[in-house]
Amino acid sequence: MKVGLFIPCYVELFYPQVAIASLELLESAGVDVDYPLKQTCCGQPMANSGYQNYGEGSAALFRKNFSEFDYVVCPSGSCTLHAKDHIYSGEENEPKIYELCEFLTDVLKIKELKADFPFKVGIHASCHGLRGLHLAKPSELMGADFNKPKQLLEMVKGIELIELTRKDECCGFGGTFAVLEEAVSVGMGKDRIKDHEEHGVQVITGADMSCLMHLEGIIRRDKSSVKVMHIAEILNARVPKTQNQ
Amino acid sequence: MKATPTHAAAAEEFLKDEERSHWHDDTLWHVRSKRDVAAQKIPEWEQLRTNASQVKDHVLSNMDKLLLQFEKNATENGIEVLWAKDAEEHNQHILRILEEYQVKNLVKSKSILTEECGLNHFLEDKGYDVVDTDLGERIIQFNKQVPSHIVMPAIHLKKKEIGDIFHKHLGTDEGADDPAYLTEAARQHLRQKFIQARVAITGVNFGIAETGGFVVCTNEGNADMGTHLADVHIACMGIEKLVPRAADLGVFLRLLARSATGQSITNYTSHFHRPREGKKLYLILVDNGRTDQLGREDFRNSLKCIRCGACMNTCPIYRRSSGFSYNSTVPGPIGSILSPGMDLKKHSTLPFASTLCGSCTDVCPVKINIHEQLYKWRQVITKEGPSQPSKKWAMRFGGNVMSKPKLFDLMGNLARKSLSISPRGFVYNSFNAWGKHRELPEVPKESFKEWYRKNRKQ
Repeated sequence: MKVGLFIPCYVELFYPQVAIASLELLESAGVDVDYPLKQTCCGQPMANSGYQNYGEGSAALFRKNFSEFDYVVCPSGSCTLHAKDHIYSGEENEPKIYELCEFLTDVLKIKELKADFPFKVGIHASCHGLRGLHLAKPSELMGADFNKPKQLLEMVKGIELIELTRKDECCGFGGTFAVLEEAVSVGMGKDRIKDHEEHGVQVITGADMSCLMHLEGIIRRDKSSVKVMHIAEILNARVPKTQNQ
Repeated sequence: MKATPTHAAAAEEFLKDEERSHWHDDTLWHVRSKRDVAAQKIPEWEQLRTNASQVKDHVLSNMDKLLLQFEKNATENGIEVLWAKDAEEHNQHILRILEEYQVKNLVKSKSILTEECGLNHFLEDKGYDVVDTDLGERIIQFNKQVPSHIVMPAIHLKKKEIGDIFHKHLGTDEGADDPAYLTEAARQHLRQKFIQARVAITGVNFGIAETGGFVVCTNEGNADMGTHLADVHIACMGIEKLVPRAADLGVFLRLLARSATGQSITNYTSHFHRPREGKKLYLILVDNGRTDQLGREDFRNSLKCIRCGACMNTCPIYRRSSGFSYNSTVPGPIGSILSPGMDLKKHSTLPFASTLCGSCTDVCPVKINIHEQLYKWRQVITKEGPSQPSKKWAMRFGGNVMSKPKLFDLMGNLARKSLSISPRGFVYNSFNAWGKHRELPEVPKESFKEWYRKNRKQ
């Protein structure tokens, strides 16, 4: 099983620790994983802005970079969903693309982790992973409950997972929405952070660094004490520590 | 004519009053939560949604035959069926009927279709007294506003504001805001209007092709009060409101009220099949852009909408920016996929007023893929809508960089370097919308690629 790691463009540039944690997680699970160096972006920023055609170059590059792999794994629900919907067509000869959490739970069927993280953690359920990839049961849908990121976090030693009032409300990032609809975007972000703060959360985590980047931006501006960490960082946490400490 | 403000600008204005925005958000979230509780009580909820969606698929694919069947059966029942290709023809039909009966006062129960057609203004300009009898609609009629929500038209107003409006228009005590007191005042006021009106207008929730009858759902019984007392009942129906059989109501009526307000059924679910003896019943079937939408493959199933408003209650943007920020008869997510089909230029910012979170799609009782249609409208608007040269240039540039690995690495390093050495005032300038209320990410000492080259690929 050959796995290609796709790292979102903004993670590659600004959050290398998330990419390192993702890579180490896969390696420690014994996966044959490679990171093709010619990768850039899935093209979602252009496509969601209404310029899908300008994302075609990066989509072609994506297909080329990962053509030799059985699986593509990506630590972002949003980029994974975009690649699934707009880069691949679901045919037999294509690699199968998975978001990191669902790859761990559904393909590797991980039952235990060595991670240790003695903090109060709130899960931010990013929308594209939640409603697009069904990483968990969205609150709008009726039926049996499931939650893949939570299932993994529960394997972490010392962690205390905190329930929120609105467990899967959007944070307001939304790509270019964050700047085009700045007022609503920031309002939504502040409300999410408040929900975590009010329940005593120390670290907000999630499967999408883009939402966390938006929340972190507000947290740092407002000088809140809550931290954000990508779920891969927690699942890979060997020594108890939080970000920026 | 004044240009329509962008959704972002209108939303920013509403959000200036943070307390009101939070109150609005909480109020609608409460309705969404009630919907969740109601849906959880139905074990076959998801099956019902699938069934409803499939019935509507059938309707959309057989609209021509079903409409004719409906017309034939309704006519045989003694209903006079009229067709209107647009809002103007719809309004002219009503004017002609009013002139024929020489009626100047009429009552109207809630009909978003007549809002869409601008009927009130059309008739008021001609000297008619049109009284909206839905409590919420009467409140905003007094306040000279349009509905901000399709199910709860006055949801943007607080109790105290309604008290002030009633004090001014109905002479209730100044400062009184007790809901029971205010409702009683409205009831007395509306009774007079019901008694005086010889013509009653209603909307239609479901037209049944098989029987030629139709169903009107209200919570206040105002449609019944109006139609029972009047000599003439005019029902206005969008052509997409058809269901093939009476049995299909068993699917839709179970979904409608639960999705809308969390009630198991609307308080009044009234079935009309024929005029009462000596009375007259008109049914106006309105197109007004619906067949155009039916012809748009990517957007046709937006016509499945049963106007429950669940997508508004769940939408985090609608809840925080209010219905008025959409400047469209039907606001919120469903409005944002219906309205561009009516006027692409006017409504070109609506499909962008979304994070594409998908909550609307999952809450929709007829499974309209709302967020996917928002995405598709964006693709249409950048081609056919008002031009935005700077956005287009930026996206083209971005697409170009992202398709060339070496250029991407170069630009990425440049961005990281310049961010780390630039003075704060330079980075956080007035053009930096991100930085208005947010910090940019801190620049790490190396990118992942640099780390990977050092640590994995020698």
